[in-house]
Amino acid sequence: MDRLTGTTAGRAPDRSWPRSLTRVPYWVFQDEAVYRAEQDRIFHGPHWSYLCLEAELAEPGDFCATFIGEQPVLVTRDVDGEVYAFENRCAHRGALIAMADHGKARDFTCVYHAWTYNLQGDLTAVAFAEGVGGKGGMPPSFCLSDHGPRKLRIAVVHGLVFGTLSNDLPDIEEYLGEEILDRIDRVLGGRKPVVLGRFAQRLPNNWKLYAENVRDSYHASILHLFFTTFGINRLSQRGAIIVDESGGHHVSYSAIDRSATETTEYRDQNIRSESEYRLADPSLLQGFSEVGDDVTLQILSVYPGFVLQQIQNSVAVRQILPRGTDDTLLNWTYLGFESDTEEQRLVRMKQSNLVGPAGYVSMEDGGIGGFVQRGIAGASDEYATLQMGGDTAESSESRVTEASVRGFWLAYRQSMGFVPDDDAPLPEIGKHERTRVVRA
Amino acid sequence: MDNQVAIARAQAHYARCIDDGPLEDWPTFFTEDCHYRVTTADNYARGLPAGLIWADTRGMLTDRVSALKEANIYEPHVYRHMLGQPAILTESGGDVESETPFFVLRVTGGGPTDLFASGRYVDRYRVEGDQALLRERVVVCDSKEIDTLLALPL
Ligand code: FES
Ligand SMILES: [Fe+2]
Repeated sequence: MDRLTGTTAGRAPDRSWPRSLTRVPYWVFQDEAVYRAEQDRIFHGPHWSYLCLEAELAEPGDFCATFIGEQPVLVTRDVDGEVYAFENRCAHRGALIAMADHGKARDFTCVYHAWTYNLQGDLTAVAFAEGVGGKGGMPPSFCLSDHGPRKLRIAVVHGLVFGTLSNDLPDIEEYLGEEILDRIDRVLGGRKPVVLGRFAQRLPNNWKLYAENVRDSYHASILHLFFTTFGINRLSQRGAIIVDESGGHHVSYSAIDRSATETTEYRDQNIRSESEYRLADPSLLQGFSEVGDDVTLQILSVYPGFVLQQIQNSVAVRQILPRGTDDTLLNWTYLGFESDTEEQRLVRMKQSNLVGPAGYVSMEDGGIGGFVQRGIAGASDEYATLQMGGDTAESSESRVTEASVRGFWLAYRQSMGFVPDDDAPLPEIGKHERTRVVRA
Repeated sequence: MDNQVAIARAQAHYARCIDDGPLEDWPTFFTEDCHYRVTTADNYARGLPAGLIWADTRGMLTDRVSALKEANIYEPHVYRHMLGQPAILTESGGDVESETPFFVLRVTGGGPTDLFASGRYVDRYRVEGDQALLRERVVVCDSKEIDTLLALPL
């Protein structure tokens, strides 16, 4: 049997989606049927999902429990040195095969009825298969190799392990494209990552609001005062947005540019990101050139739910996992590199204060999705507007654009099978009649 | 004064400072050259060094407070710390290692009282007279999952 075929794509809910990429219907963050269809069409469908780091599977027998969408998955390194992945669901009655997050195993024995699997996910033994005293047991027709968890197709890119349940997609190089690959290579290529810590953040919002947020370079230096005040990331700095052809993946980067801090764009906007705020211990911001270039910030996303981050010398990967229409699990893994000196490691520790659930920058992203989810309650017939920087999903030197957010929706509506519709109802804004009841 | 008493007193004021204020005084519970880190039991057991919050000077703690007051955007919320008795693990002169279990309730906006975190403080105190200052506090949270965000310190 072919254990690689994903579930057949569920029917896309009958909804019309505006043809213009500048409109996003709010029901897409709320609808239970849409959520179920995403599991089938996106996470079990023809896309590469991030699973774990190869560094977490250093030796044969190491395993790591992760997810593809909501589906639990085990990733292992077998004695042949290769990485394997299969669904963490017993072929017998569906119990978890392994419960630990990480560990070392020679094989896996399901606790329920002790069916046993090897590190590649093949069923190798069934308890009491022959019955006892010639009675009971499995029928003679039962064949071990016909039963087992579904196996994933695996691809490793610079130490990042991706997997898919589908055969209907190109290999990872083609999926990512050259520009995205280059930018992964820039951070991870040629050096060995070391895990410095793992944290998880539970977000009270739909997963796509976080996917948007990551691609939203427009907000980054407005919502996050730390970025602007300390010149880590200003929209006036030298940088660019890269949107890949599918629209789903993106890179936003900026580089040191001393002249940028002297411009007055921010002051002219009269927004709160211009302030006199200073640090008592500025060692937080004393970094080093991460890979020998001037790029101090590079945020990269891979559709549907992966993020690779370099903010100064804080390097991390993030895994976005949907848990409900308004519930998302965000897994953070902070990285260093084997080649780090002690001073460099210290810089990474200090700069990790910028990211994660308590990060000076990221705590705000943790909250903002919930503000949107609450804001759009009761507005399922209305639309977000994404007009900053035009209406296309193209790369640009400007980061005052929502191009990569539009790109996400381009990839999304494609993968969900939503048919763009010129006649999608777009209520006109501000057209409601006002009535005032005056007491006589 | 007994180390146990000095530490229990310091802890009670520490909790009160975060829960009822003034939060600006929070760094004064630490020595100048201190270590403060919030991590998870899993990271702690594996010896992984990163923290949700990571500081190695009192200045960094001061910055944490001023950032929360002046820079960061988050929904207003309050904590209520409930601390257990400090277990004294080692004492050599004024250098005391202790562990204290805690849980922290959080009320966000006008919402309900939620259990936000549980864990233990793994501490090294410097006790001089009746004053106990933290040289090191590792806040080891039992769960790896943080609900929405961690702004106020634990
Ligand atoms: S469910 Fe796993 S052996 Fe029965
Ligand atoms: Fe952000």
